[in-house]
Amino acid sequence: MKRIRNSTAVTVLVCFSAWAVALAGEHDHHRDQHHWMSAQGLYEVRYTSALQPIEINRIHGWVLHIETEQGDPVENAEITIDGGMPAHNHGLPTSPRVTKYLGDGNYRAEGFRFHMKGDWQIRITIAAGGKVDTAVIDMTL
Amino acid sequence: MPKSFTYRCALVLAAIAAAAWLPVAAAEPWTDEEAEILRSLSLNSLESLPAAGGNAVADSPAVARFGHRLFFDRRLSSNGGIACATCHQPERRFTDGLQKGVAVGMSKRNTPSIVGAAYSPWLYWDGRKDSLWSQALSPLEDPNEHGSNRAQIVAVVAADAAYRATYESLFGAMPALADNETVDRVFSNIGKAIAAYERLLMPGPSRFDRYVEAVTAGDRERQAELFDADEIEGLRLYVGKAECTQCHNGPLLTNHEFHNTGVIAFPGEVPDKGRASGVRLVLADPFNCLGAFSDASRANCAELEFVRTGPELVGAFRTPSLRNLAGTAPYMHKGQLATLAAALQHYNDAPPAMIGHSELAPLKLNSRELQQLEAFLLTLDAPLATAGEWLRPPPD
Repeated sequence: MKRIRNSTAVTVLVCFSAWAVALAGEHDHHRDQHHWMSAQGLYEVRYTSALQPIEINRIHGWVLHIETEQGDPVENAEITIDGGMPAHNHGLPTSPRVTKYLGDGNYRAEGFRFHMKGDWQIRITIAAGGKVDTAVIDMTL
Repeated sequence: MPKSFTYRCALVLAAIAAAAWLPVAAAEPWTDEEAEILRSLSLNSLESLPAAGGNAVADSPAVARFGHRLFFDRRLSSNGGIACATCHQPERRFTDGLQKGVAVGMSKRNTPSIVGAAYSPWLYWDGRKDSLWSQALSPLEDPNEHGSNRAQIVAVVAADAAYRATYESLFGAMPALADNETVDRVFSNIGKAIAAYERLLMPGPSRFDRYVEAVTAGDRERQAELFDADEIEGLRLYVGKAECTQCHNGPLLTNHEFHNTGVIAFPGEVPDKGRASGVRLVLADPFNCLGAFSDASRANCAELEFVRTGPELVGAFRTPSLRNLAGTAPYMHKGQLATLAAALQHYNDAPPAMIGHSELAPLKLNSRELQQLEAFLLTLDAPLATAGEWLRPPPD
């Protein structure tokens, strides 16, 4: 009986911890490893880099995938990209931009290059159907 | 002799023997992560030269031979006395040892080295050129440098029987130089020939590169032969506390980017706007990657097409390679800092910028650490990897 009680306690503890960690992650960053929610929760952003892994000093392109919170692809949005390294008080060394809408919520973005190792933030501002929101992709190179 | 005394003596002797090995023992082994960073800085990591999209003849040996002749030819100037090699002197790693280049007049900025320049997407301190071939044209027409103009330069090549024959064998018949576009076409081909030569100027492996090989091999004895304790500590600072690799990264020790580091203006001059003016010039340049004389497709002009503009570029200058520092003083865009020690002191102090905003923060290194950093930087000196025949004027 004692053993059962102990194992139950452990299970509860583990479950609670997992839930707490998951909640904390969601609360802090609105993202997991592959998805980034925009600040107001309107859009979810994913990206796929043509250069994998991303290395410094190489210009390359990404495909951005934009969905609504409900999981519907966001069509023909106006997207602007900026960012930089907050710790070094400088922006991106290039001006990446969306060059083509590929359909199904996918957008080709070209002209990314990162010239330092460290923590980068890429801000993706999405305007669709009169609703504007910005997702911040945190990235460590 | 009591046994315990003998034992004690043996211990002392062992300690002395160990102390003699101290330089080896004192050097903490590099962690796997650190070794990976060191390898990223080694010439062994240098990738093959990127294709020169805008210059279809960039890798032709015959064109490089033509460019070699042009590079050393003093007739390509208003006074018949200035060649590219006047300022880009092979024996000084293609620099001139002066604060600012001196040719027909005094150049506006310090003469940068050309060694390894073919890897850079941007040329000049302000990046106002986006290819070697396009860059090579500018000094010819700069009133303070070669002081000539494209019509004169093209006429020199067309009038010299040997040049004319070489030109025609490489680029087709020399056209009648009747209009501006034709002159521009021949002029751009002259730039492409000089660039083909310049693509051959590559840094050679330095003591640092050999040290990294020893680190990779785990050969600590060889490491100790190659680097003394100060050089090792200097390297540790370089990749660590001094944060040099923020900008001076990759095998050429440069990210080819533009940074405001708050270097004081040249005495008596207003501060140089640097990249802020360079980016305007390159976008308007008829000889840029997207221009009519470039051989590149639009897809090969990504650096220009996605170039950054904006106020952050005010007072920013291109990060130079740190290879061959010993022979390339003075330093910075106007040669403001005479010695390597002065350059390191500048980064340690991180003064506020006179124009724009400096990206630097004071390093807070002590004088010993600055000396160690300098000792390491001097290990990056090495003879060029380029064959000697290219480093001399061509035989007549």
